[in-house]
Amino acid sequence: MRILNLRVSPIVRQNENQVSSYRDTGTGSGVGTSILNLLADEYPDVYRFVTAVYPSSEDDVVTSPYNSVLAMHELTEKADCVLPIENQALVDIVNKIGQSVPSAKLGKRVYNASGVKAGSAIIDGEGGLSKASDEKPFDSMNNIVANLLLNMTSSARFEGSLNVDLNEITMNLVPFPKLHYLVSSQTPLFSLSDVHLPPRRLDQMFSDAFSRDHQLIKADPKHSLYLACALMVRGNVEISDVRRNIERLKPNLKFIHWNNEGWKTGLCSVPPVGQNYSLLTLANNTCVHNTFVDLRDRFNRLYKRKAHIHHYTSVEGMEVDDFSSSIDSLNSLVEEYKGLERQMNNPTPPEPRLEIFK
Amino acid sequence: MSIITVQLGQCGNQIGGQLFHTFMEDVHSKPLATQVAPDKNEDYKDEVLSRFFYRGESREEMPRARAVMVDMEPKVIAQTYQEAKRSGTWCYSEKQHYCQQRGSGNNWAHGFCIHGPACQSTVMELIRREAEKCDNLGGFLSLMSLAGGTGSGVGAYVTRCLRDEFPHAFIMNQVVWPYKMGEVIVQNYNAVLTLSRLYHNVDAIIVMENDHLHKICQQLLSIKKISFKDINKVICHKLATMLQPCPLSKYTGDTCSNSIGEMLEHLVPHPDYKLLTVKNIPQMSAAAQEFSTYQWHGLLKHLRQMLISDAPMEEGIDWQVRVNSQGSHHNTSLANLLLLRGKESSSADTAPFSDSALYAPWIPPDAALMTGVQPRAFNHYEKSASLISNSQSPVTLMDSMVGKAWDMFSSRAYVHQYAKHGLTEDEFLDGFATLEQVIANYKHL
Repeated sequence: MRILNLRVSPIVRQNENQVSSYRDTGTGSGVGTSILNLLADEYPDVYRFVTAVYPSSEDDVVTSPYNSVLAMHELTEKADCVLPIENQALVDIVNKIGQSVPSAKLGKRVYNASGVKAGSAIIDGEGGLSKASDEKPFDSMNNIVANLLLNMTSSARFEGSLNVDLNEITMNLVPFPKLHYLVSSQTPLFSLSDVHLPPRRLDQMFSDAFSRDHQLIKADPKHSLYLACALMVRGNVEISDVRRNIERLKPNLKFIHWNNEGWKTGLCSVPPVGQNYSLLTLANNTCVHNTFVDLRDRFNRLYKRKAHIHHYTSVEGMEVDDFSSSIDSLNSLVEEYKGLERQMNNPTPPEPRLEIFK
Repeated sequence: MSIITVQLGQCGNQIGGQLFHTFMEDVHSKPLATQVAPDKNEDYKDEVLSRFFYRGESREEMPRARAVMVDMEPKVIAQTYQEAKRSGTWCYSEKQHYCQQRGSGNNWAHGFCIHGPACQSTVMELIRREAEKCDNLGGFLSLMSLAGGTGSGVGAYVTRCLRDEFPHAFIMNQVVWPYKMGEVIVQNYNAVLTLSRLYHNVDAIIVMENDHLHKICQQLLSIKKISFKDINKVICHKLATMLQPCPLSKYTGDTCSNSIGEMLEHLVPHPDYKLLTVKNIPQMSAAAQEFSTYQWHGLLKHLRQMLISDAPMEEGIDWQVRVNSQGSHHNTSLANLLLLRGKESSSADTAPFSDSALYAPWIPPDAALMTGVQPRAFNHYEKSASLISNSQSPVTLMDSMVGKAWDMFSSRAYVHQYAKHGLTEDEFLDGFATLEQVIANYKHL
């Protein structure tokens, strides 16, 4: 905690927001959420953003459902905003970029080929700690998440005509305290290096952002209900471009009745390295509850037989009750999302407006 | 008479920078384009400079804007400051700004309940310092948006402080209404809370709607990729046509020491009705200006129709709307101020604007219209007319905005974010009640 204080205090004085990342393993989820608790106690006014990697169903860690559900309880209570991430989604993005680059190894001559411009892909760690030659297998995937954080904080770091700070993200995207899980999506994935090819159309970037291949979790927001959506744009893009695309895409998306125009826009003048412009969408959409339902089912399969519980309860401070309260918390979160989703075709009528008597 | 401009939040500061730039651009018009003799032009220039700028002891000094810049994060103020310096014709005074690091997070409660009181003593000190530099302080112009957290929340708080400290100065707030879709999700809440608080502390609220301004950029100025900078230029053009020196017709011969105060007194005859809009004609790109020439009769005919049909610009006007016909509704006014600038402006016939059919039945005929005539042209427009109205124009938008905010409030969405900073549900309800009253008042004109 002392080390954290030394690191955190100067930052807090300047720019009071905190971002942390966790994984589903014991250390990531356990120590991670413990730190989250400490931050919540020590700096209650500082916003806590968490990028959390959720386990896929073929996760090699057997007890990952336990770790995840226990961690989720803390995330729901103590984090201000969580960006769930699934490794499968990251793998798919890495592969998608890989397929765009013609393979030189096959020894074939490729005509009209255009490779990916160096440093422009969201899997590139340009300027990061490891050099390209030292890159390890998870580096590409981790770089995607690193780029997510860069894009989210770009408006706080650079100038723009419509700045969006981290605290504005929570303010606009979290209508109810516990429903703070956001689906993130980034475009473009890369730039082409051939300068003779026309750059990808701006409008295509907006369409791509709403396609499932660009999301960092495997979910289906288009068939669920949007509670709110933020468009964080970087580069040479003006408000009229954003408005034109919102009008174009909106008819295909379902927004909750009291937030029919629930769009938050951020315009930052400085694009990411190697790109002319980029878009990060952060959506509060009821589709996340499906991810949680899967997690809950995997948890229940283990918990029904009390498998591996003794490993946890043998640690001092851990009780069986912690399991039941965590799963209750997850259940109520899922119910809250489902309740809102039921309003998709059946909105609750609002109270009548105040009447003025003459 | 001097006016101090208070720039609040990102929007307020961006507009402020552009506004002083517009004043200077007008002042430095090409001599032929001014339509008056050089000595009259010098008088005009002197008046603009003393109204909005401070020149210190020596006239050679770079004019410094009579402004105080307030924002809760530093980037925009820094940028605005630099852009002013780069112009080479004016700048901001050193240290006449207040900023924090953290921003208000689009949270009105954070702006009003937390940042407001925290910045009060420093900001009021900056304003006092500016006021001391004025020989004859007329009043304050505050620039802010309704959607964000600083302009709206801190803006509402600072306005209340201004009213407490300067009870006799006029206070007008120019507020930017966000696009209906796509700026800030909680914009309707922020707008309700701001307008309801401002209403009883200011003399007038000048409303600028982004959706209308966007149309002007698109259809009149033919801008393809419209940016906020373009929108801000249109806002400043409108404000400048209202604020640049213009002798009021009722004062022929005498000089009026506080013409803006006179204008506001005329425009706001009753404290329940404070919403003003600015319509102006013609408006076109600089390239088109060289080839355009207009007659006063045509300009004023269009402007009158813009008023009664509530059109935001001279294109797409609905000519079917008539004033005296049974059953049809037209945009009813309480008071109008018509300012004519440029060639032959004194010969223009303004009688059609005095028609009592344009106004609410309880307005005395001689109190309805005030005119001003300025032979010196504005910003290279050979002739230009600007109509500042207190009319039903903003009510449709306000009604829709209150409706959406109420819908959201019925589900209590986002309310916890405001409660975190001390705003109660009752305070929300008060805000709604105030605005429903304003809407009802205007609807029943």
